[in-house]
Amino acid sequence: MSIEEKQNSPTYQDSNLIEYPQNEREVSSFIKKFYKSNIPVELVGSGSKKNIGKPLQCAKTLNLSKLNGIIEYLPEELYIKVKAGTPIQKIEEELKKNNQQLAFEPINFGYLLNEKSDYGTAGGQVACNISGPRRFKVGSVRDHVLGFRGVNGRGEIIKSGGVVVKNVTGYDLSKLMCGSYGTLVALTEITFKVLPAPEEIKTLIIHNQKIESGLSYLDKSINSSNDISGAIFLPNEPIVTGCVMNIEDTFKLNDLKRDGSLTSIRIEGSKNSINQRIENLIKELQIENLNISILETHQSEIFWNKVKSLEFFSSSKNSILRIVIPPSESVNLIYQLSNKFKYYLDWGGALMWMEAFELSEEMFESIRRKVVRLGGYVTMIKNSDYLPYVEDVFTINKDRFYISQNIKKSFDPKRILNPGKMYTGI
Amino acid sequence: MTKLSMPKIDRKLLSKKVEVIANLKKIIKADNILDHEDQTRPFETDALSAYKQKPLVVVFPENTKEVSKILTYCNKERIKVVPRGAGTGLSGGALPLEDCILLCLSKFNKIINVDFKNRCVIAQPGVTNLSITQAVEDRGFYYAPDPSSQIACSIGGNVAENSGGVHSLKYGTTTNNLLGVEVVFMDGTISRLGGKTYDSEGYDLLGLITGSEGLLCVITEVTVKILKKPQTVKAALIGFSTIEDGGKCVSEIIANGIIPSGMEMMDKALIHATDNFVKAGYPRNAESMLIVELDGTEKEVEELIHRVSKIAKKNKSSSIKISKNEKQRLKFWAGRKAAFPACGDMAPDYYCMDGTIPRGKLAEVLKEIQRLSKKYNLPVANAFHAGDGNLHPLIMYDANEKNSLEKTEKFGAEILKYCVKVGGVLTGEHGVGVEKRELMCEMFNNNDIQQQIKIKKALDVSSLLNPGKVYPILRKCAEEGRVHVHRGKTKFPDIPRF
Repeated sequence: MSIEEKQNSPTYQDSNLIEYPQNEREVSSFIKKFYKSNIPVELVGSGSKKNIGKPLQCAKTLNLSKLNGIIEYLPEELYIKVKAGTPIQKIEEELKKNNQQLAFEPINFGYLLNEKSDYGTAGGQVACNISGPRRFKVGSVRDHVLGFRGVNGRGEIIKSGGVVVKNVTGYDLSKLMCGSYGTLVALTEITFKVLPAPEEIKTLIIHNQKIESGLSYLDKSINSSNDISGAIFLPNEPIVTGCVMNIEDTFKLNDLKRDGSLTSIRIEGSKNSINQRIENLIKELQIENLNISILETHQSEIFWNKVKSLEFFSSSKNSILRIVIPPSESVNLIYQLSNKFKYYLDWGGALMWMEAFELSEEMFESIRRKVVRLGGYVTMIKNSDYLPYVEDVFTINKDRFYISQNIKKSFDPKRILNPGKMYTGI
Repeated sequence: MTKLSMPKIDRKLLSKKVEVIANLKKIIKADNILDHEDQTRPFETDALSAYKQKPLVVVFPENTKEVSKILTYCNKERIKVVPRGAGTGLSGGALPLEDCILLCLSKFNKIINVDFKNRCVIAQPGVTNLSITQAVEDRGFYYAPDPSSQIACSIGGNVAENSGGVHSLKYGTTTNNLLGVEVVFMDGTISRLGGKTYDSEGYDLLGLITGSEGLLCVITEVTVKILKKPQTVKAALIGFSTIEDGGKCVSEIIANGIIPSGMEMMDKALIHATDNFVKAGYPRNAESMLIVELDGTEKEVEELIHRVSKIAKKNKSSSIKISKNEKQRLKFWAGRKAAFPACGDMAPDYYCMDGTIPRGKLAEVLKEIQRLSKKYNLPVANAFHAGDGNLHPLIMYDANEKNSLEKTEKFGAEILKYCVKVGGVLTGEHGVGVEKRELMCEMFNNNDIQQQIKIKKALDVSSLLNPGKVYPILRKCAEEGRVHVHRGKTKFPDIPRF
């Protein structure tokens, strides 16, 4: 029997440790059993983001990848209902047939964590709630989940939400699922809101700006009426020994000039509208005399795909950090970090991805203190050989920890679902 | 008035009223406490005026610390607390209990900070929805969610109810436009959830408390996202000679990849009522009418108007009018925004429902509403946020007629059940409150409801904050852990469910 055949067989277990439930009922009966016998269990989809969070020591693993398939897709109703283990790629292919998309731009951690493209599953995207460059315009994963079904830590099948965008019936538990890293519920079914894909995309790139002016252009663009959907600053400095991030090597596009940093603005929509908005932006930003590049749809797609796939870091062996701060504080933070790290800024400055060579835990905690002081948070997305483990992967304060612990208990009183994945004690 | 089951009254507490007031006076100014019947009467109801109950006492804290102290005291003494914003809610979410302290946030009425750099506004919860837009519009910004009560409703209430408005399809509801809150939990803990960043890490507690109808915490500060106004906005007024054609047109616009910033539908009864009321220039011979609003750059809007008109013609529209200027666009909306008062003109009382359905079911549901209207012999006018499938049937009745409210409520319940049957939900933006709590079992089974109640208890151990709302309470009360739903049927089907 091949591995695939074995895995498809209802009775198959590839070891005593990993279970492959075929449907929601089986997920429920497994978890009921674990609940009764106090067995902690690790929840896994395709495993593409498995290494984010703290390493788990669970007696059992529930692999949910067999919960795979599109349950209902109604393009005119703008929703798609899928089993939680459905690969994102499969969903996006289906949506593409109707010129629709998941507007939050599912993030691709494949290059970063496993050195090949891998968007993972619907459940994984929801569990991590990490969204792509369009976030500041359309919201994140949590703004696109209309409803879900899943199994809580008592083995009970629960649901919340529905298939419509306007719904205030009961607590909005869909939001709570997003970013809970499988510590509350084993998701079995997810309904996503979908939106029309843009007809065309253009990217306006201003070259060779310092961070201050680059961010100021992004800020003005977001604050204009031109409805931009991407705003990133890709610096070519500092040069840091041991780091791999290199924008010139990452982006080799015909219409992209090679001239220092890239301040990049994405505009999406119909052809006429895009052209008008590019013209407006060039005038409003007064950049007629600066060195600019304009990428058409095809090259723009390549450009932004590389951004959301974090390709800059694909062969990096260093620590990778994700920092979210109020947009007005990003320049300040860069000053405070005094050119020690490679980075780029997304969401008009509100999101920083950072590659840190030989980062110690003390340095990590010092970065965290600075970020928290500025009103933000930092996550260790990838550990390095130099720093293979950090105590606090995620940022939290005492109050929120206490509330989160109570929320966790209400779903999973015996702490059997991904215990300790996010925080010790949750 | 129909009889409403509420949590058991703490008679002992009623007899200790003087002591309670004395203790409250240690926390807040005596002027900020109302306890005489004449003083508490204005607070006996919210905008669901069918239900009335005077609270034990009304308090007006002036700052977060006072809220925290009041809640700490009430938690210790097991006193129920009902929070209240502007009292414009339509589901009875702020209905007091006889033995409760009604916590009014109306003194929290200041905008704390307008932060254009981070595109957000920090406001106290008692600030009205509209004043947020007014605070930033000189720089061309606005706050997107616009419930029709925006002139009066408070931003804290918007968060508690997750309010929507006519632009939700494109710009989302409150939850999608909220960055952070400061809240006080029932044990007095003051906590900040979110802030000026996009998303917070860890459990999305901000998302959980948004729309929690005052059951989980009291909101004392709100940070909302502001948006730049679009360059051009135009509206099309489209008439149809059948309801089906209007419904199909809605679906087809969306299926063609167009997301209008607003898409409203009205039926003939409401077209006439509102046109009589504000002379909006509506097509009076049409059976249904759409207002489709499109925004963006000038060229984009022109292009979209052209495409929408084409789709409308294909769906046999009887008239199409495009707004020529801002004045005319606002005139188009004036009728829709006057839907409620216009109904008030047609009948002594009206009852507004709030289900949401998949857009494709509009015509089907509307037909069912007409059938029910005949069955109950009560006229109904229909306003829909068609873009997002949110229905507002307005049932007209006369409260002075015997049993008319009961009849109206039964009619309303049947509409909502039908919404759930076709894949929709009980409430799109008005909340469950006391009004729809007994219908929760139509949508949720025992596991679902128990999970929600467990969350409530995780944050409010003794269920003191706004009890009796959202979850079913009949007989074996759900608060205590039992809602019997057998194969989708409740245990006591003969008991009136409102």
